[in-house]
Amino acid sequence: MSNKVLMKGNEALAEAAIKSGCIHFFGYPITPQTEVAEYLAKRLPKVGGLCLQAESEIAAINMVMGAAATGTRVMTSSSSPGISLKSEGISYIAGCDLPCVIVNVQRGGPGLGGIQPSQADYNQATKANAHGDMHVIVLAPSSVQEMATLASEAFDLADIYRVPAMILADGALGQMMEPVDFDAKESRELPEKNWVTNGHGGKRKKNIVNSLFMDPAALEASVIERFQRYEVIKENEVKYEEYMTEDADIVLVAYGITSRICKSAVIAARAAGIKVGLLRPITLWPYPSKALGKLADTAKHFLVVELNMGQMVDDVKLAVECRRPVSFFGRTGGMLPTPDDVVEEIKKIAGGIA
Amino acid sequence: MNFCNFRKKIIAVVGHYGSGKTNVAVNLALKLSESGNKVTLIDLDTVNPYFRAADAKEKLSAAGIGTIIPEFANTNVDLPSLPSEINRVFDTVSDKSMPDEYFIFDVGGSDGAVALGMYNKQILASGGCEMIGVINMYRPLTDTPETAADDLREIEEYSRLKVTSLVNNSSIGVETTTDTVLRSLVYANKTAELMGVPLLFTSYIESPNVALSDDETFFKMKNATKQIF
Repeated sequence: MSNKVLMKGNEALAEAAIKSGCIHFFGYPITPQTEVAEYLAKRLPKVGGLCLQAESEIAAINMVMGAAATGTRVMTSSSSPGISLKSEGISYIAGCDLPCVIVNVQRGGPGLGGIQPSQADYNQATKANAHGDMHVIVLAPSSVQEMATLASEAFDLADIYRVPAMILADGALGQMMEPVDFDAKESRELPEKNWVTNGHGGKRKKNIVNSLFMDPAALEASVIERFQRYEVIKENEVKYEEYMTEDADIVLVAYGITSRICKSAVIAARAAGIKVGLLRPITLWPYPSKALGKLADTAKHFLVVELNMGQMVDDVKLAVECRRPVSFFGRTGGMLPTPDDVVEEIKKIAGGIA
Repeated sequence: MNFCNFRKKIIAVVGHYGSGKTNVAVNLALKLSESGNKVTLIDLDTVNPYFRAADAKEKLSAAGIGTIIPEFANTNVDLPSLPSEINRVFDTVSDKSMPDEYFIFDVGGSDGAVALGMYNKQILASGGCEMIGVINMYRPLTDTPETAADDLREIEEYSRLKVTSLVNNSSIGVETTTDTVLRSLVYANKTAELMGVPLLFTSYIESPNVALSDDETFFKMKNATKQIF
């Protein structure tokens, strides 16, 4: 018998957070992620947790920093403009080596933009979440099921590497409803949290959580140590899915909701006799550059599809090192391409390489 | 008994977020229209930014069903404004010289019922409404008869109107099978008993995996949800 339930992406993510032991949530309402906080406001008090609507995004992220320092699992969630406001706090959390989960259910930008789905925060999430030498692990779900499993994975990764982890979703994933099974994620072995500031009671040396260094050499050393951890993450934690790429002449590269549209396009293009495949990055940082590089041995052309004016396309170009042409197709401002739109782009390329 | 013989001309479809209200409201509108009735569907959802009755506007128009849609539905304006055109509903229902017309309100989930409450006085003055509570056993916050009934009572508070009947729309989306639907029947009857109202029917979306009748007990629906991939 199936244990599946029907949920919105935002709700599934929230429930997965609870099931992962997240007992603190600090946030501020913004469409299209509001169901995350709404769900947690109902559920967290019932499991002994706290869901607090802060006075601002900035307050919320700083509450996350405080809670993370005590070693509890904590999450915040927002949508594009709200993430920009959290920027300073994210850098402080990274500088303090604190684990937490940050959710961005993207909407159209720039500015106040709109409330419809978007992927225009790719560069922000993967390259410039905040100031300073730092990274955030970025996971990109493409289904309601993955909103749940990757939320759990984000908590584990954050704890294992003591880094903030981000779920980069979009409004469509947050709002759409699909079946979800909460037993789907395997649990990982987690290190003991011996760095927490939860009161030493005179029984151990005090722990200090801090991102301010008086001595530049000490700051440099702390950044270098963190970048060594980033190398381990790059080595061990890259995730992606390949779909019909073995014999593909054209490889689509897309993540999140766009990868679902592209999958339909692959099926339609194959039916029309064009050998197309799809590489779907699941981690956006670290990026599956090696897998793309390997595909450049066999594929003739890459087509990157995004809900923006072309951001991830730069990472694909870097990964294939100019060995193959890389094209881009996207819609922005909250507009979604249809599978047919993508097939049209594929046909244009196929005409050129036939 | 034909479940389309509603005594009231105003039919409000309410329920928990994601219980499937829009699918039920749209399909009910189509069914009533097929049976020769004049029907107008009102998108009263002030909560959902994307998936809503407004998405089915073309399909409804093609079937001769009128729609009243908030001005800013499916735009970037995150403003819960409702069109003044809704007042036509109460004028029409109260005016005996007007031809009979069914008005189906697709109400936003849970606290979205506040929007329906705004029209409480007009609804009562024009003779009241049929308020159909849509329930889904596979939605985690309404997965028992008790929690489902609690949610409906909350909606009654928000709207200051009483639920008059239930529709069992228990589904897990694309993975729904005959068994999925059948397993929900006990839950549905128990919820109806707790609410003290009749269960009108059990609805399901047509699919090769669901082999059920389309009669008084089961209502076969077309999927009205916007498909994006």
